[in-house]
Amino acid sequence: MRMLLFGRLRDLPPIGPVPASIDDVAALKTWLATERPELVAPSVRIAVNDEFVVDNRTIGSGDEIAFLPPVSGG
Amino acid sequence: MIRVQPGPFDVGLMMAELASRPGVGGVASFVGTVRDQSDGAAVLALELEHHPVLTQKVVRQIGEDARARFQLLDIIIVHRHGKLQAGEPIVFVGAAAAHRRAAFGAVDYVMDRLKTEAPFWKRERTGDGARWIEARASDLADRRRWEEPA
Repeated sequence: MRMLLFGRLRDLPPIGPVPASIDDVAALKTWLATERPELVAPSVRIAVNDEFVVDNRTIGSGDEIAFLPPVSGG
Repeated sequence: MIRVQPGPFDVGLMMAELASRPGVGGVASFVGTVRDQSDGAAVLALELEHHPVLTQKVVRQIGEDARARFQLLDIIIVHRHGKLQAGEPIVFVGAAAAHRRAAFGAVDYVMDRLKTEAPFWKRERTGDGARWIEARASDLADRRRWEEPA
């Protein structure tokens, strides 16, 4: 799966390969909590394939996961 | 019309378009520009990052919500992304309504939601380097004003 980081999250060091056993957003967040906790801060929203999602959304190798930190538009 | 684009926009053209709507009694607008100062340092440039799909979706939803909430005859939101210089316009919001109060309210409402919800990330470049900007507590407080019944 492809991870897309936005805003200040782009400045973080790259993440290692996601374990193949991860099959939903909740599992991904659990893994990231130790791997790269900045990505699972409460203020960061997660989108899968351009849709905001809930934790039980299943994910697979073809999916694109976007991490969106607090915004600053306007 | 909702547009997320890198290039500049023509305010006069959009105002004329809004003013031409049948039944219109007033048009209100707001133009946001790149500040030339940030915490006392001169801003050299601003980078506005966006999400290629979600940004458009969120801005469209904000526009639809404003149209329904204020019974607008039309609304135009244009938000730029990419590299901008100090003084350049970033965002245009224009609302056409039968009466002024709705038009003023809609523009204020859209800006408060853009600031706190639209997926844009600003990075300011000053002489001291670059830093990411996030919504301020005051932006979030402004946004909460609209949670009361209209």
